[in-house]
Amino acid sequence: MPLVQTVGISKHYPSGKTIIRAVSNVSLSIERGEFIAIRGRSGSGKSTLMNLLGLLERPDCGEYALDGREVVKLNEDIRASIRSQDIGFIFQIPALLPRATALENVELPLVYTGTRHRERRRRAERALDRVGLADRSHHWPNQLSGGEQQRVVIARAMVNDPALILADEPTGALDSRTSDEILSLFEDLHRDGRTIVVVTHAAEVADRAQRRITLHDGRIIEDDTASKTRAPDSVP
Amino acid sequence: MSSLGSLQIAARALRVNKLRSALTVLGIVVGVAAVVCMVSVGAGAQAEVSEKIRTLGANLLIVMPGAQNSGGARLESGTQVTLTEDDAAAIRGEVVDVQVAAPLLSRSMPLVAGNKNWMALVAGINTDYLVAREWQMASGRLFTSAEMDSAAKVAIVGAVIVEALFEGRARIGETFRIGNVPFTVIGVLDKKGLGAAGRSQDDIVFIPLSTAKSRVLGAVRGTSREALDFISIKVSDADDFRIENPADVLTARGATARILSILLIAVASVSLIVGGISIMNIMLVSVTERTREIGLRMAVGAKRRDIRWQFLIEALMLALLGGLVGALLGATAAVAIAWEAGWPILISPWAIILACGFAGFVGISFGLYPAHRAAQLDPIVALRFE
Repeated sequence: MPLVQTVGISKHYPSGKTIIRAVSNVSLSIERGEFIAIRGRSGSGKSTLMNLLGLLERPDCGEYALDGREVVKLNEDIRASIRSQDIGFIFQIPALLPRATALENVELPLVYTGTRHRERRRRAERALDRVGLADRSHHWPNQLSGGEQQRVVIARAMVNDPALILADEPTGALDSRTSDEILSLFEDLHRDGRTIVVVTHAAEVADRAQRRITLHDGRIIEDDTASKTRAPDSVP
Repeated sequence: MSSLGSLQIAARALRVNKLRSALTVLGIVVGVAAVVCMVSVGAGAQAEVSEKIRTLGANLLIVMPGAQNSGGARLESGTQVTLTEDDAAAIRGEVVDVQVAAPLLSRSMPLVAGNKNWMALVAGINTDYLVAREWQMASGRLFTSAEMDSAAKVAIVGAVIVEALFEGRARIGETFRIGNVPFTVIGVLDKKGLGAAGRSQDDIVFIPLSTAKSRVLGAVRGTSREALDFISIKVSDADDFRIENPADVLTARGATARILSILLIAVASVSLIVGGISIMNIMLVSVTERTREIGLRMAVGAKRRDIRWQFLIEALMLALLGGLVGALLGATAAVAIAWEAGWPILISPWAIILACGFAGFVGISFGLYPAHRAAQLDPIVALRFE
């Protein structure tokens, strides 16, 4: 059973008199432990697809089973609790609460699953340690560099041991050296056996993934599942 | 999500904008301060009035002699012998519920002691009068029946007399003169303070009624020696009648305090409502400012009710904070007013609880809409919000 199984999901937005087909009839299957890049130009629907996979939005039609469970028709509260338990989000910075320390930011998903304080602290510290920021746990976000902030976000995304980690342009606001560090971290997490989906328009990000899905006008136009190595044509 | 966690989040949000939070709760502060101050001052004033009534003597009524018209000129009351000791005895004997009927005969007389002199009311009484007035002795003793019968030249003096004639040292056995008649002090009365008319009740000398009639007042008044000024009657508590007495003057003063209370209630209600509106305003601003935060929280699993709860707690906390500061301020003001007016200081804990409770109610009612707005945000839209 795949971790993610969508069958013909679509999401349309009305825009004036026309309708934007952000995601159109996408059927996608993701196995546990995959590292996937969803790429495409801006407006190709990749962010909408991520929001659909992350249960932030409901598809207009189609089916979506996460870990074997049909999730489209569940009510908002149950979808919220699935988000806090099974999905880790990595948004573009600034994605941290400015008035909370690094540690408290990492704890946030656990707050909403009702985890006890001591356990929350322990798991948040472990996640921060995993991204190499154990010594920064009591810093405020504005005391951290962009790369460090993004690591905190990554720690937050994996603090619940989610089945699926979704990242939206995780290196969008970072310089090339820092983004390389972040991508290495993703590869480490992938080696740990985590399932990661990265949405990006940057080729150097997509190249690090094990599988690349290309969207155009809301449709999958390419699904490069075969090789685990870089496709030869992507080498500059 | 744990309620303790919500409290921490709310407290932090408020701490970040200290000045803004302080300005926001100003309305609540004023409202609650007004309520607490009003109730406390009202209670103090009421206690003061009750105390005054108590010093007059509760359940006291006074029988005055009728005045007589003589050739169109209204003569001073008491100019005719219309009220006598026999009347007092008759009242005591024949009217049910009368505990004491105390006759009194008085006049302002010059007092002389050593090289000091003083004008004061000299009243002939029997010991029933002090019972009727619930007036205690500070030192010394009451008239004995022998003294009453023999028209002895003994006196019980009020606190003001002690100051005026004896320089504060109330010595039993001291002698002084009323007019030309020498008297011996046998007792000093407790201080009563101001009476209903605003005059000191302690500026008085009591002598036996018999002495007053035969040796002091009867002679100078030029009327019959039997005439009395009035009879003070103390009745037992009874439900089938009501007594109009000097205490009513004070009750009327209590009414003034009530009008003041109504005014303060109006001020309090207006500022609590204004306070509620400013809380609502700031909470709406806060929801807008923190749209991205709300989106983030929702993305990592906050349910709508978690968000609603978070903002509601924040509004409630603001209001309660204002309530607490207001209660403190109101209590301080009440103490200051009571101090200035010489009232007993009575801070009602109920007023504080009630006012803070109402502030909390205002916080919740006016926080509901902003919290609802926050909870209804679409996480996607909220996350994209810059």
